[in-house]
Amino acid sequence: MNTQSLNATFAALADPTRRAILRRLASGEASVTDLAQPFAMSQPAISKHLKVLERAGLISCGRDAQRRPRRLEAKRLAEANAWLENYRRYWEGNYQRLDALLEELKSKQRGRKR
Amino acid sequence: MNKTETLQVTTPSDREIAMTRVFDAPRRLVWDAYTKPELLKRWLGVFGGWELAVCEVDLRVGGKYRYEWRNSDGRRMGMGGVFREIVKPERIVCTEVFDEAWYPGGAVDTVVLVEKDGKTTMTTTMRCASKEARDAVLKSGMTKGVTQSYDKLAEVLAELA
Repeated sequence: MNTQSLNATFAALADPTRRAILRRLASGEASVTDLAQPFAMSQPAISKHLKVLERAGLISCGRDAQRRPRRLEAKRLAEANAWLENYRRYWEGNYQRLDALLEELKSKQRGRKR
Repeated sequence: MNKTETLQVTTPSDREIAMTRVFDAPRRLVWDAYTKPELLKRWLGVFGGWELAVCEVDLRVGGKYRYEWRNSDGRRMGMGGVFREIVKPERIVCTEVFDEAWYPGGAVDTVVLVEKDGKTTMTTTMRCASKEARDAVLKSGMTKGVTQSYDKLAEVLAELA
């Protein structure tokens, strides 16, 4: 995955409507009409979001020429998420050590007050 | 001790990465742990053979900080920056630059501590110099050939919401 495509992925994920569309597609493919339904949005507006997602490689278009169902391309999202997971794991470790340190500082403080 | 609090990592804009975490301690103690060298050495990046060998913090606006980690296998890693804002015990803004730049242009970190009912919520936002820099950060941690199930994906999407 090159920097440019990663860039497009995160830009695409930065929008709440697009994240909602991805969540919907996580449970199976859907047509543009299906996707537009839960949103107070016109089909052209939804289509615009779908285009952004498609360009980012997060979704693709099915073969059925009439319905043109969209489906999730899991790989791209998984790649973006893999980075966030690494970052999260590193900081989770740091913060767990910080938890232990804070417990120690708290009990020291209680000791002083006594 | 309570169960571990969850850490939230988000990308609020195309130049930022944000982390939020709750700590079961008053803000003053979290501030100390975050700014005093002898306390930082106890938790920041110290795992898997790494120790925070150099930790210098000149906690004033315009003051510098310097961290240097050393691993038992001989590897070293260093970073530092300058404090831009200090509001004790609630807010720190500082720059960060790694010795061996693994992303271009450095970043500006903002740490905000909010205390409620004896617990402290810490939010750290890293703002990269450019969109390209953030993407380089994102790319650096990327593992190849990841395969994740749709279940995992749904979980991820829920987190992204």
